[in-house]
Amino acid sequence: MQSLSNRKKVLEQKPMNIWERMYLPAIAKGLSITIRHFFKKIPTIKYPEQIRPYSKNFRGQHSLKRDEQGRERCTACGLCALSCPAEAITMIAAERKKGEEHLYREEKYAAVYEINMLRCIFCGLCEEACPKEAIYLDGPHVTADYLRKDFIYGKDKLVEPKFDITQLKQEKI
Amino acid sequence: MEVAFILEKLILVVIIFTVTLVIAMYSTLAERKVAGFMQDRYGPDRAGIFGLLQPLCDGGKFFFKEEIIPAGAHKPLFILGPVIAIITACISSAVIPWGQELVINGKAVSLQVADVNIGVLYIFGVIALGVYGIMLGGWASNNKFSLMGAIRAASQSISYEIGMGLSLIALLMVTGTLSVGEIVAQQSGFVNWNIWVQPLGFLVFITCAFAECNRVPFDLPECETELVGGYHTEYSSMKLGLYMFSEYINMFVSSALMASLYFGGYNFPFMYDLGLSQNWITVIGVLVFFLKIFGFIFFFMWIRWTLPRFRYDQLMNLGWKILIPLAIANIVLTGVVTLVKDTYF
Repeated sequence: MQSLSNRKKVLEQKPMNIWERMYLPAIAKGLSITIRHFFKKIPTIKYPEQIRPYSKNFRGQHSLKRDEQGRERCTACGLCALSCPAEAITMIAAERKKGEEHLYREEKYAAVYEINMLRCIFCGLCEEACPKEAIYLDGPHVTADYLRKDFIYGKDKLVEPKFDITQLKQEKI
Repeated sequence: MEVAFILEKLILVVIIFTVTLVIAMYSTLAERKVAGFMQDRYGPDRAGIFGLLQPLCDGGKFFFKEEIIPAGAHKPLFILGPVIAIITACISSAVIPWGQELVINGKAVSLQVADVNIGVLYIFGVIALGVYGIMLGGWASNNKFSLMGAIRAASQSISYEIGMGLSLIALLMVTGTLSVGEIVAQQSGFVNWNIWVQPLGFLVFITCAFAECNRVPFDLPECETELVGGYHTEYSSMKLGLYMFSEYINMFVSSALMASLYFGGYNFPFMYDLGLSQNWITVIGVLVFFLKIFGFIFFFMWIRWTLPRFRYDQLMNLGWKILIPLAIANIVLTGVVTLVKDTYF
């Protein structure tokens, strides 16, 4: 049948000539290819020693931020939980008592704050929704684990460690 | 025989034995490294710098693995298989001249264990014995895949031994001696190397050497895709290790053989023009010889990561219909050239 597209290619199978049947030129060609690869630059990144540079807007594990005086910024408004398309975030709010002003910035705070890392899709919408700049996805990769329950990260894993403001000032100087 | 002579030879044997084993050990590492670099990756590099401790780890692993002898196996022969394989691999290096004579305290010490005047024949005999290890192991395993591997090994090495022998006959016509020591001594300098007079013979010889060592593209006896593990399917622990080891020793010895028969052994260009003393020539000669051997070992590996495995009928076709006629043609050609040269020049 006639080809309409004109792209049909007819392949011919010619019998091999003596040069091709000797195989030696083909072997030499193959050897030259492998030896070229032998001296090529190797693209492997030796992982534990070398770490591939991360992109600036890489989204990793969440962290709940503190303000300049080391108080938790989160006010348990629930906007992050609401914005989360994967329903990964839950929290229980509590009222700040007297004498806890150095711990929590607002009058209301999250007593329990849990993110299910198996549900989370690391889209970053919680980050955008937060009015208090309290949550950022600036951590490392979320590591593997054995049990499902171990993927529900509480405040113990999410809240960033308390830093000493005086020390920070000294370091800056 | 005086004691000093025996002692001298004993020391030489121990040194050669150690060197052979170490080279075989590090060939495994080199193989994986070469494989890695040819496939654009690093080979093993976690154990020690550049993975230099990898062979030791592998050896240790082999020793500590559970040793299984299948219930249906013929136990004595099952054990004898790897033993024969490793012994034949080790003893074949006895007639290879590793260097010229060293003069120590005015006494000449030969760097060849035994300069037998039928050295080439000896090597042939030992190589022919080597197939017994594989055959016994494969048969005694009582496993059809092992048996298939053993049968393939037997028929393959018998077929290729003919081609190998015929290609060597042409070489012997040129050299006029069967002693490996003398063959090497004749090739002093660079222009006297046998490769220049026997290129076709060398081509046939190296192809047959690949087949005799069961290396890719002729590794049908242990063809994983068809035969699980070939003749060593049922082997585990150090017995498997011995089989692998014997394969690498065979590779080393056949590299040494090719280097000494065709590439001048310990001879290097301008060896007598540099004004070096005899001992220095010997030392450099030994180094040069090992350099040639390593070159051949690298070539073995290079081929392995370039060519795919032959199909069995292709293997037999190549052996019987191409290599043997080529070798015979080479003999005739060599005879005619020798005759013409002797009559008219």
